[in-house]
Amino acid sequence: MAGRSGNGTLPLAALTVDGLQALLQAFRQHGYRIVGPTVRDQAIVYDDIESVEGLPRGWTDEQDGGRYRLTQLGDDALFNYAVGPHSWKQFLHPPLLRLLSVERDAATVRVVPEIPPTQRFAFVGVRACELHAIGLQDRILLGGQYVDPHYSARRESTFIVAVNCGKAGGTCFCASMNTGPKVEKGFDLAITELVGEGPHVFLVEEGSDAGSAMLDEVPHRAATQDEIEAAQAVVARTAVAMGREIRSGDLRELLLGNLEHLRWEEVASRCLSCANCTMVCPTCFCTTVEDTTDLTGDHAERWRRWDSCFTMDFSYMHGGSVRASARSRYRQWMTHKLASWIDQFGTSGCVGCGRCITWCPVGIDITEEVRAIRESPATTEGSS
Amino acid sequence: MVSLEIAADGSDNPLSRFRPGQFNMLYAFGIGEIPISISGDPASTDRITHTVRSVGPVSAALAKLKRGDHVGIRGPFGSSWPVDEAAGCDVLLIAGGIGLVPLRPVLYHLLKHRETYGRVALLYGARTRDDLLYRPELDTWRRTPNFQVRVTLDRAGRDWVGDVGYVTGLLPKVRFDPVDTIAMICGPEVMIRSTALALLDIGVAATQIFISLERNMKCAVGFCGRCQLGSHFICKDGPVYRYDRVHDLLAIREL
Ligand code: SF4
Ligand code: SF4
Repeated sequence: MAGRSGNGTLPLAALTVDGLQALLQAFRQHGYRIVGPTVRDQAIVYDDIESVEGLPRGWTDEQDGGRYRLTQLGDDALFNYAVGPHSWKQFLHPPLLRLLSVERDAATVRVVPEIPPTQRFAFVGVRACELHAIGLQDRILLGGQYVDPHYSARRESTFIVAVNCGKAGGTCFCASMNTGPKVEKGFDLAITELVGEGPHVFLVEEGSDAGSAMLDEVPHRAATQDEIEAAQAVVARTAVAMGREIRSGDLRELLLGNLEHLRWEEVASRCLSCANCTMVCPTCFCTTVEDTTDLTGDHAERWRRWDSCFTMDFSYMHGGSVRASARSRYRQWMTHKLASWIDQFGTSGCVGCGRCITWCPVGIDITEEVRAIRESPATTEGSS
Repeated sequence: MVSLEIAADGSDNPLSRFRPGQFNMLYAFGIGEIPISISGDPASTDRITHTVRSVGPVSAALAKLKRGDHVGIRGPFGSSWPVDEAAGCDVLLIAGGIGLVPLRPVLYHLLKHRETYGRVALLYGARTRDDLLYRPELDTWRRTPNFQVRVTLDRAGRDWVGDVGYVTGLLPKVRFDPVDTIAMICGPEVMIRSTALALLDIGVAATQIFISLERNMKCAVGFCGRCQLGSHFICKDGPVYRYDRVHDLLAIREL
């Protein structure tokens, strides 16, 4: 949905937990498929939710390089955790998607493009870094010379309820990437959870006409001045509690000027080329395409599937891979994300969500890799 | 190597309006889709010609197609050779191996508009005589007045009367004015680099050298991410580049 850019001067509304429940109800009445955070397999994932009961009440997470653990605190908070292994890209840019079917008989071949779904999503609990990630994928898949109809159909009709983060994760560094923790734009409604002292309420900011219309359908009241100040304090606290940071101003020059740095070899000796980092990254968009036929041989399909620059197949050309070494593949991932992305799309491809650090089985930390190169930029192999 | 001609229904079909150097995505039913450069005459609108070398499952299936079979086609994609910018200049076409394929549309154009250009030369290197492409046409081009054609082989038998050795060895054997030349190079990346360096050496400016690059590619529209070279998406920013825009990237191994 078309968002307005957030502005702190609008009066904020306050919703109770029942009010939030009414909002979910309203989504359902309007035919939205509601997706939000929920606990599954000891992680907070994004999946269909029926009601506020589906949200991770009382749960929080601990994250570090290669480490993720959930703890039940027994309180009432519904959003007291950072991002988990999922991101919204799995709904907007599905991991596996049929692009077309092809039917053949004796005389003709008929191509039947996949019709994009009419299902509309309501995303509940989108973080500031994730709004930026969605904005980046918009630019790639909608904003250029070509438009991806599958992404477009899903994206245009999606209603976004953003959440201001009340807790920075151990691997988060959105503050240093200027992508959070406060949501700024690209949402329909944005909420800040106030829990603990005082009543449990959600302060709501309206980001679009669709958001305002939806808010009007559920019981709410104006927020008090105290509540507004408390909400501001929540994001301010989160901003100074970031688990990680990257000094980001000159990253493009730093990395592109160090393509032969010895650190690439060093990180390659730890990297397993498992591709986890690219799968969990909310901005990674690369894919492969697979063509198949059924047993009759007359019905063929083409499927698109997420792919990763960490695979050998990714750069395969006549008998060999362009990036045959782990060193070159890690370098491609990190320099694309942090440097060439800026040339391609006008901004960094990293939103500082920390997922790649948390979900790397060996705990490789993109912020640490940048630091290592920054601290010894002259150490090159001296090749041409 | 197989030539694949696809009937097109005239000039209002966007597929038949391609610029030399562009490519199409060709689909073999149920097997897959690959980028194939267009090798025909850009002025002919009734057919779209590709030259396919059978190297993988899709190209093998394309090479096996029989007259009247169906093939999927999307395109044309990518940037093109600077045939208009080269007007009034000497033109050097330098091909290594199957690098001659995406240059053939330029040859057709140059032959048709011969008076628009200064001196014109085709320098073509292949491994052996059997690897030479378009042999009847090569002979025709060789006999065309005002058209310098030199062919060199890596390995040649005693019956070969042409040149032997690397394609850059042909440069002193053709006439052109380095200051006023547009060069277009296509072939394996090492051949492109060494040829460009040889041209720089004799005074052709980097801004007058054009090259065509190749990478793994699944979508041709910048979505699959596979064809990246630095910040370039070869499918839409390339495949044809002015040399000075990418030369630093080509110098880095495994980029
Ligand atoms: S690179 Fe890592 S921290 Fe940056 S957006 Fe991707 S997963 Fe998040
Ligand atoms: S950096 Fe970590 S997550 Fe990424 S491919 Fe290497 S081992 Fe896997």
